[in-house]
Amino acid sequence: MRQITPIFKREFLGYFRSPVAYVFLIAFLVISVSLAFSRYGGFFRAGVAGLESYFTFFPWLFMFIVPAVGMRLWSEEKRSGTVELLFTLPITTLEAVLGKFLAGWAFLALAVLLSFPMALTVGYLGDPDWGIIATTYLGAVLMAGAYLGVCALTSALTKNQVISFVLSLGACAILLFLGFSSFTETLEGALPMVVADALSNFSFITHFDAFTKGIVDPKDVIFFLSLMGFTLFLNVVALER
Amino acid sequence: MIEVKGLVKTYGAKRAVDGVTFTVKRGDILGFLGPNGAGKSTTMKMITGFLRPDAGTATVDGIDVTVDPVRVKQKLGYLPESAPAYPEMTVGEFLGFIAEVRGFRGAAKTAQVDRAIQLTHLAPVRKQTIETLSKGFKQRVGFAQALLHDPAALILDEPTDGLDPNQKNEVRALIKNMSAEKAVILSTHILEEVDAICNRVIIISRGQVVADETPAQLRARQPGARLDEIFRSLTHGDI
Ligand SMILES: Nc1ncnc2c1ncn2[C@@H]1O[C@H](COP(=O)(O)OP(=O)(O)O)[C@@H](O)[C@H]1O
Ligand SMILES: [Mg+2]
Repeated sequence: MRQITPIFKREFLGYFRSPVAYVFLIAFLVISVSLAFSRYGGFFRAGVAGLESYFTFFPWLFMFIVPAVGMRLWSEEKRSGTVELLFTLPITTLEAVLGKFLAGWAFLALAVLLSFPMALTVGYLGDPDWGIIATTYLGAVLMAGAYLGVCALTSALTKNQVISFVLSLGACAILLFLGFSSFTETLEGALPMVVADALSNFSFITHFDAFTKGIVDPKDVIFFLSLMGFTLFLNVVALER
Repeated sequence: MIEVKGLVKTYGAKRAVDGVTFTVKRGDILGFLGPNGAGKSTTMKMITGFLRPDAGTATVDGIDVTVDPVRVKQKLGYLPESAPAYPEMTVGEFLGFIAEVRGFRGAAKTAQVDRAIQLTHLAPVRKQTIETLSKGFKQRVGFAQALLHDPAALILDEPTDGLDPNQKNEVRALIKNMSAEKAVILSTHILEEVDAICNRVIIISRGQVVADETPAQLRARQPGARLDEIFRSLTHGDI
């Protein structure tokens, strides 16, 4: 397992070897902050010192942002042929999968944490509940990891980054929409009640919501972690096939 | 050192490698010859553990690559066709990464990278990103990567492909210099290469071995004929 470190390091630093990482981080901040200040976010109107209006959009924003980070994870290695180099080095598939995944996750966590000036602003303007802010950050990072697990898997299926992006986006959208009552009701019409109920348990919104209210329910943590574990397992299978 | 027995690989309906068997000892430079599409790369990918054979075995120092791939990969240096590398890294960063993955840290890492750079004459471009290098330098980076850990066996897939005549000569000299005490497999479709550096030749055609001998024995098949005429008569029907 010690070979995870060089894989992680190369992948993580790789984001910063091209301007893409900086463009990405800035775009993420600009979009997330302006959504919060927009009329839908109502950061000011809310009249409460908190980051709820900022984080409400995260499940949506992640649906686009995480596939953008995840699409190159394996597709790029396959396209450029470096996958052959990587898998003839003395590492296991699991080490490569974990190293690359953790690097992408760390990059997303960095993007989320760069919003900390928002929290400081709120702290300056009022007296927010720092506990809630902390749990929300935890939830956002966990959710980013779960999204990324899905995107890493889809990226292992193709060497075309565009196809990889579209597949990821589709998969993430499904995981997101499972939480909407209208969507769930449609499902209930088509599927047996138990199945529809079980499926709606997979929604990211439902599981993320609790964190934004200051609740760290082990059920939600386990949901995100096990989704990561499951997609990474499939990722290994997809690469070894 | 390297033992290949009855390797088979099928892509869909096409049998790319069809029962290839040979062995390579230390000190051997084996020229792996065949027309394009004969199955050279596919065979090499199975020996290096990148592809799983449909049948047959490949062992390095007695270790079966499908049983303990990591240990086999530790013993091998491999230059894949067209020398893939991470384009946005500098030569130094890239070789440092390879050294770390191969378990070298700290001073040992620096020493291995320096040695590889010296052997392949990469010092002038050490701080340059790989995407800005010429084809010849890229190929050398591939070499540096393959011999960084001073492996007992080297597998080189068309190491001189796309190089100009001077670069070809330089690469051949490099292979010759480092091949003592190593088992080397080198694929090519250039016949002069075999004459220049190999002490053994395998000719593969449509996934099957059609000749396995020394360059001298190959010549003796048709006294007076040129090597490419012998090659053509052995691989005819393979277009
Ligand atoms: N990934 C692949 N999918 C389908 N066919 C392939 C694949 N790779 C190689 N082949 C086919 O297998 C045969 C052998 O290919 P290869 O081993 O690359 O030949 P060589 O290296 O001798 O030129 C060729 O006919 C090639 O078209
Ligand atoms: Mg080839």
